[in-house]
Amino acid sequence: MDKPAVVARDLSKTYDRLVAVKSISFDVPTQTCFGFLGPNGAGKTTTMRMISCSMPPSAGELSVLGMSVVSEPRRIKSRMAVVPQEDNLDEEITVLDNLLIHARYYGIKPRVARPKAIELLEFMELAEKRDQEIRELSGGMKRRLMIARGLLNSPELLVLDEPTTGLDPQARHLVWDRLRSLKRQGVTLLLTTHYMEEAAQLCDRLVIMHEGRILVEGSPREVVQENTSPEVVEVFEPEKEFQPQLEALSGFAQRVERLADRWLFYTDEGDLVLEKVRGMGLPPGSAWLRGGTLEDVFLSLTGRGLLD
Amino acid sequence: MSTAVIRRPRFDISLPGAWRYWHRNATVFRRIWLLGIMAWFAEPVIYLVAMGLGLGKYLERVQGVEYIEFIAPGLLAVSTMFGATFSVTWDAWFKMERVGVYHAAINTPLSVEDVALGEILWGATRATIYGSAFMVVATGFGVFRSWWGLLTLPAIALVGLVFAITGLIYTYAIKRVDYLAYYWTLFITPMFMFAGVFFPLERLPDWVRAIAWFMPLYHAANLMRSLMTQGEPAAALSSALWLAVVAVVLLPLPLRMLRRRLVG
Repeated sequence: MDKPAVVARDLSKTYDRLVAVKSISFDVPTQTCFGFLGPNGAGKTTTMRMISCSMPPSAGELSVLGMSVVSEPRRIKSRMAVVPQEDNLDEEITVLDNLLIHARYYGIKPRVARPKAIELLEFMELAEKRDQEIRELSGGMKRRLMIARGLLNSPELLVLDEPTTGLDPQARHLVWDRLRSLKRQGVTLLLTTHYMEEAAQLCDRLVIMHEGRILVEGSPREVVQENTSPEVVEVFEPEKEFQPQLEALSGFAQRVERLADRWLFYTDEGDLVLEKVRGMGLPPGSAWLRGGTLEDVFLSLTGRGLLD
Repeated sequence: MSTAVIRRPRFDISLPGAWRYWHRNATVFRRIWLLGIMAWFAEPVIYLVAMGLGLGKYLERVQGVEYIEFIAPGLLAVSTMFGATFSVTWDAWFKMERVGVYHAAINTPLSVEDVALGEILWGATRATIYGSAFMVVATGFGVFRSWWGLLTLPAIALVGLVFAITGLIYTYAIKRVDYLAYYWTLFITPMFMFAGVFFPLERLPDWVRAIAWFMPLYHAANLMRSLMTQGEPAAALSSALWLAVVAVVLLPLPLRMLRRRLVG
């Protein structure tokens, strides 16, 4: 087994007074996809910035590709790439020039960079756009170009901060497909997201962060199994008269959650609870059974309140 | 637990890194130079023609030369100043705050210092392009009277370097783009008017000359004049020395300021 791509021990980051990351520890195994989940302000982006050597840690240890982010930022940055949350393409020049200039930052010679750039444009399905200006691209194309740019130096580690935020489903699935293909090629992927589906689709392992700490860690399946019920019965807009009967069902559930428009029964015995609810005579279609999801875990750990 | 205080080396500069960022700017400039150069280069030329030929008709000789010959070296310095200043104020701000060019660069092996240094060198380069273009036009008016004028080109580069550094210090210090206008109205324009470009300061009160001594454009204009029209190498050397000392003393400042601004 190779050494982990990223090792963090008691890593902290403090801005003025705010403690953004509070003594977190984790290992990112090589050639896997590792996810950081958490609401806005959880400390994900700060953690990514420390890993990408653009912000020094306040305390603790952080090594990337076996090197310390404090003493070897240039060597680390030459072997990794970062696709930040916001597109920062050069608006004034063409798609291909964007890649060529970026390749030069890595010291890649133009005669090597050009075929590589063209190959990556093909990989991200942007080959026809190579001579267009950035402002002519859609949001999805810009994102794909950002990822293509992040592959110029053939990174061993690719850090993606919310790679599909704001994309339509077609664009999102294309990005997911390409990321999976990179993983097969042996690239270690590190991504932040607050789309639970994205995490479930892509990540081999993930952590959920909240208020600067890591709350849980594991594979998506483990995290679901260990932190929420296998099944959830949802009851949609029950009339007032059914409420006492619904309350009486709480004994069959690990946890009952009442939202503005629905009741949620987190349970091991979904069929039984569903049968009992239906027996009360609620309108058909107002109660249903589903499996527990990462989103359930996420919301139960980080709360439903707005966080910023 | 481990709470080792983590310090990076104070300066992390690599000249190839700065050169690569410089190259980014040069590539973009090659694509769009015609759009911008007219506005910034035309202005000093207009002054040269209007004041030199127009106003000059009504004036006696100034310091022993025609008026247009007197103002041409000063306007060459102005042209250079404009070239550098535009590059390191609006342009640099836009790259740093609006379109993320800086952030994209520092996520590669480039350090923050490489980017700042590349920006300075690019500002000086662009100033040299503008200054040289003005010089070519000015030559057409026959304003070179000394062989020392052959040294004008390196002098332009030095003047460009100084204004690239001072402008970048201001740009890296401010928090809002609106404040950039103050750099022009409180620094560039007063120098343009009172640094001896349009009239000699010799007969003005001492305190005026004392203030002018602190203006980079005063020394830049003197440098150009000593080389182009007066042919006085000693005076040129003393002006060049003033500019070089300022450049060396101020150079570390924008590098440090950018690190504080982007990295914290």
